[in-house]
Amino acid sequence: MRPNRALEIGTGLFVLLGFAALFFLTTQLPGSGVRVGGESGFDVTARFDNVGDLKTGSPVTLAGVRIGRVTGIAFDPTDFKAVVTLDIDRKYDRIPDDSDASIQTAGLLGGKYVGIGPGGSDTYLHAGSTIEFTQSAIVLESLINKFFANFASRGNASASEPKEEVKP
Amino acid sequence: MSIAAPRDGLLTGALRRVGAVGVFFGAVLVQCVPALARPRLIVHQIYNAGARSLIIIMLCGLFVGMVLGLQGFDLLQRFGSEDALGVAAALGLLKELGPVVTALLFAGRAGTALTSEIGLMRATDQLTAMQMMAVDPLQRIVAPRFIGGVIAMPLLVAIFNLVGLFGAQLVGVQLMGVDAGAYWSQMQGAVQLNDVQEGFIKSVVFGTACSLVAVYEGYHTEPTAAGVGLATTRTVVTSSVLTLLLDYILTAAFL
Repeated sequence: MRPNRALEIGTGLFVLLGFAALFFLTTQLPGSGVRVGGESGFDVTARFDNVGDLKTGSPVTLAGVRIGRVTGIAFDPTDFKAVVTLDIDRKYDRIPDDSDASIQTAGLLGGKYVGIGPGGSDTYLHAGSTIEFTQSAIVLESLINKFFANFASRGNASASEPKEEVKP
Repeated sequence: MSIAAPRDGLLTGALRRVGAVGVFFGAVLVQCVPALARPRLIVHQIYNAGARSLIIIMLCGLFVGMVLGLQGFDLLQRFGSEDALGVAAALGLLKELGPVVTALLFAGRAGTALTSEIGLMRATDQLTAMQMMAVDPLQRIVAPRFIGGVIAMPLLVAIFNLVGLFGAQLVGVQLMGVDAGAYWSQMQGAVQLNDVQEGFIKSVVFGTACSLVAVYEGYHTEPTAAGVGLATTRTVVTSSVLTLLLDYILTAAFL
């Protein structure tokens, strides 16, 4: 069989493309690789006690509208807090700097996102500023634990006392 | 070869066919080692089975991904968790749809071409002529086609998956308004290397099965015009059934 240039180039292209796809699937998909969205505004940090399963790329919202993304989640070894970097869109530059950030869940099974609650200050968040007031992710298990502990203690209390009708 | 064979019953016929494929598989595997000494033949077959199937694979991958995006969005929306669309699309494509749909397309596109090519060689006595020239047709004709199919299949599946993911992203994110960050980050959080591996192993197994069936049917074609047509049909039917059967067995083994 005589060497055929077009055939070999086509095969090479196919094999290259196949391996590139395979490479993407094995390395990029199971890790945190792809950066989404080209937009970049200014970076603001917020420190949380617990970020739950917040991930890089999760949305940042204010009043339900997406205003940015989480671009980094790190851990501060001095005070054991999670340092979350939020990339806020440049056009939202008038967010009061006493706003609070909380980690919330979208829907029952949805992903975590950072919700910003606006404050009342006259000065605004800018690149490098830190959000002081934060509320950690609500971990469902601990919430359920608390609920049952509460429930049990109340059950004991009502069992020891004589029954009493609660009047509205 | 099996033209004047005595009539078998239904059960013994099926058994005999499975046995014949098994014996043929062994013979091809033995011939694969010397066939590797002529890489140009294999490259040619990778081109035939792989590069020429690229367009249809990418097109189908795109549409399968887009349908997955639509259906996944509709289903997940009912639970208010459309952010999980990325996970659903990725796992569905990687583990099931990618390997299975690619194998079915491969059987229809590349498998039939292999069968009819080899079958026509059989019908026009080219294979016999080779044997008379002391050239083993298993080594010169069958083994390179088999190896080419086995190599091409996993690559096609990987491309199919990738295009499918972008198709799902196209519908889910651009059309339906799922957040792009949630789509990718949840996908990356949930997909394990095991899932990718499972799809890869499936694609290698399906590639082996579909290529084997195609070359077997071609090699054992009844040397008539009708025989070639029949062999081609049998390739598609047998490959498709075998793919779905193996898919169940592999899935059960991995879970």
